[in-house]
Amino acid sequence: MKKKIKIKIKINGKLSLIDDKTKLSVLIKNLKIPLKKVAIEMNNKIIDKKRLNKIYLKKNDKIEIVHFIGGG
Amino acid sequence: MEQDKLIISNKRFNSRLIVGTGKYRNMRECAKAIKLSGADIVTVAVRRVNITDKKKPLLMDFIDPKKITYLPNTAGCFNSEEALRTLRLAREIGGWKLVKLEVLGDKKNLFPEMIETLKSTEILTKEGFKVMVYCNDDPLMAKRLENVGAAAIMPLAAPIGSGLGIQNKVNIQIIRNQTRLPLIIDAGLGQASDATIAMELGCDGILVNTAIAKAKKPFEMAKAFKNAVIAGRQSFLSGRIEKKLMGSASSPNKGII
Repeated sequence: MKKKIKIKIKINGKLSLIDDKTKLSVLIKNLKIPLKKVAIEMNNKIIDKKRLNKIYLKKNDKIEIVHFIGGG
Repeated sequence: MEQDKLIISNKRFNSRLIVGTGKYRNMRECAKAIKLSGADIVTVAVRRVNITDKKKPLLMDFIDPKKITYLPNTAGCFNSEEALRTLRLAREIGGWKLVKLEVLGDKKNLFPEMIETLKSTEILTKEGFKVMVYCNDDPLMAKRLENVGAAAIMPLAAPIGSGLGIQNKVNIQIIRNQTRLPLIIDAGLGQASDATIAMELGCDGILVNTAIAKAKKPFEMAKAFKNAVIAGRQSFLSGRIEKKLMGSASSPNKGII
């Protein structure tokens, strides 16, 4: 069986090892993130949530997932 | 008073009290205080999702954005770039266009950095945002914000979280007289009567967070602020009497025995 290649990416500032060629939509699903309640940024660019299944993650990608919290 | 609504960018709100959702002991307390305050608008912050602890409760599970208007805020941003990034992300979460811009200039006094604030207001307005702007109680700067398209002017009463109440009533009145934009006092209020004073000066609304969240009894203080804002607005609309230096008896002199 062919061993899957792993790549390093950063999610919300934390290093993470994922399978190479993972789609962004799969990552979000695996993280169990409620898509309607978040915004996603990849390498400092906002990602249209409708396009998540068209984006493949690459080595050293920086993903930011944000939501609303209590604030003044 | 039925028709007396707060109107911001053609949107009508029943309550003139806007409350922050920070500094509460937990989300349940926050949600209850908001309900008691009668607020239609709450400010919220944009932060990273906790990806390691997914059981952490979400704000949206406690405060329904379909029932209460979320006002994304850039609290914690110290330059235009950070503020723009935050609000663009906020818009992406679910189409929020009405936002509160807050660009701070000093970590200790939390005063607004007005050059960056002005720059950000202009850019965001061009991008289609309706920008409610936290600012100094400076009439000249308020005018400039208005000129670049601000949706509301939100001068501070005093430093954020200080509880000092309105420090410069004269400037607030000058701003009131020069603008037809919604004028909302933001930051620095300590007790309900501070809200009444703001409303009596002719402000369109107030924004309060710490004074409710950190009161010994937040629920009671939420109610107090609700009533104080209503009282202040009614007092303002009723037209106060002129101030005099001499006494003027309330009972007629005629018929004195």
